[in-house]
Amino acid sequence: MSAAAEHPRRRETPLRLTVTRFLDHRAALASAVVLVVLVLLALAAPLAEHVMGLDANEVDLLNRFAAPSAAHPLGTDELGRDMALRLMYGGQVSLFAGLATALLAAVIGTLIGLPAGYFGGWLDSLLMRLTDSVIALPLLPLLIVMAAIDLNKLGVPPEIATSPNVSLYRIVLIIALVGWTTVARLVRGAALSLRERDFVLAAIAQGAGPMTVMFRHILPNAISPIIVATTLSVGAIILLESVLSFLGLGIQPPIASWGNMLTNAQDMIYEAPALAVFPGLAIFATVIAFNFLGDGLQDALDPKAFRE
Amino acid sequence: MTRYVLRRVIESVAVLLVMSFVIYGLMALMPGDPIDIMVQSDPNLTPADAARLKALYGLDKPITERYGNWLGAAARGDFGYSRIHNRPVLEILGPRLWNTAILMGLAMAVSLALAVPIGVFSALRPYSRADYAINFVALGGISVPVFWLALMLIVLFSVELGWLPAGGMGVLGEAGPWERARHLVLPVVTLSVATVGGLTRFVRASMMEVMRDDYIRTARAKGLPRRVVVFKHALRNAMIPVVTILALSFGSLFSGALITETMFSYLGMGKLIYDSIIGNDYNMALISLLFATALVLVSNMAADLCYGWLDPRVSYK
Repeated sequence: MSAAAEHPRRRETPLRLTVTRFLDHRAALASAVVLVVLVLLALAAPLAEHVMGLDANEVDLLNRFAAPSAAHPLGTDELGRDMALRLMYGGQVSLFAGLATALLAAVIGTLIGLPAGYFGGWLDSLLMRLTDSVIALPLLPLLIVMAAIDLNKLGVPPEIATSPNVSLYRIVLIIALVGWTTVARLVRGAALSLRERDFVLAAIAQGAGPMTVMFRHILPNAISPIIVATTLSVGAIILLESVLSFLGLGIQPPIASWGNMLTNAQDMIYEAPALAVFPGLAIFATVIAFNFLGDGLQDALDPKAFRE
Repeated sequence: MTRYVLRRVIESVAVLLVMSFVIYGLMALMPGDPIDIMVQSDPNLTPADAARLKALYGLDKPITERYGNWLGAAARGDFGYSRIHNRPVLEILGPRLWNTAILMGLAMAVSLALAVPIGVFSALRPYSRADYAINFVALGGISVPVFWLALMLIVLFSVELGWLPAGGMGVLGEAGPWERARHLVLPVVTLSVATVGGLTRFVRASMMEVMRDDYIRTARAKGLPRRVVVFKHALRNAMIPVVTILALSFGSLFSGALITETMFSYLGMGKLIYDSIIGNDYNMALISLLFATALVLVSNMAADLCYGWLDPRVSYK
């Protein structure tokens, strides 16, 4: 390795090797930069409102479908609201939904995969059969049904069921409920092989209980595939969120999300085709960036898969 | 082998039964019930009438009992009437199924015709510029929101250029095959773009793995022409996991078809499921959802059986 030759005193720690490999992956690096910019833009929405002297939800019916101008960098929508500001607020929602759902799904997957792989036997059969069944389901139709459920009938307290953010939490919850399968299988596979390793046997011999062994010894050693799978899942989750919101079943107005901004755009497709362009581009850019990031992380964290 | 198939069939039926209960329960949790909808549309119905009707249709009974009644009727082949279409649900389902089969079949054929040659091309020159470019485009196909792609195609080819219809299927019965084909172009393109990227990447990965195998080295060492090594020795083995993934991806293809059909008002299963859920058409939604689940289960089973048929090393316990 040339890096070692140039800096003979630097120790080649696994972390440093991983970082080096990741930096070699130019597409992944570019994606990371794009994502940081997108997150910063989304977070800067209130600031931009202040600077531009506009309100993202301000209706201006005299200025509908305005073309891009100095006052409205990306033009205005069918109610005269500023497109750029709406996109930034929509970004907050879509990015939060993507990341929160991916994390929740990873937690569920870990909690199912870890005991399945560690204990094996009937518990493993049961949990993996459950996993296979969930994988075998047609997800989108099922999500549509789950998104259409009346929370009052489910016994959710009315103050929660009618709060403005409930559509966001609901989408996070239902996508996580069907999205944990990949992580569960990965964690199970890792636990299955790690439980035979010497350091695990040593920990058991020293009297560590199953909880300690699973979460202190096995989980940290299985973290790389979890990180890769979770990153790769964010893109797919944002796509699911956007299509549900687009169909009117996900994030509900007045909260803007990239998906529900396109709902109106479809009705206006003949009058204002440009309206449909930007939210879609935002989704596309975010999802492709997360997918490249996941690819890069996979190569960086799994040296065997990396090219010679 | 027979035992394996039998076990899988029993398992699938069990999953289907559990799913029918889950979906039935979920439908009951949706806002309103059929009588509430009648009350809304007919102001002459008094609350007492509504209660009598609910009792008549058994809607005041607990969910388990209602499910039991439904299951009993379903076992006798009675799946009920569609509220929207006013016809038995199975009559609606048949033609829709056929339309979806045409859409999915065409999209699958287009995807395979593109993914196999491109994936093999890519795998034979890994980490070259062309390989990176193909990977970039393939990842783009995976990352594009299907409904937005449909919107953009409509904007371009229907609104701006006016070449192709924005939706529908042509007037049924009257439209000739040419008109029908014109209505199929955009939906098939949309669904293919959504499918081809992942398939290409999979073909590439599978092909690269096979090319590293010992028997490929042997074939090369004994001086076979590269063409024979690639197409006869490598490709045939590389296609085994591809066939499996094709069957396994039936579920996601169906999800893509649902979006595509909804965007283009294409009268298939996916649009039927969406419309019946949105329109509170319980019988229709329940049956079409269960049918979709059954199709996915069958295709998964087919995937596992194909694997053994194509690769004699696989054994079934």
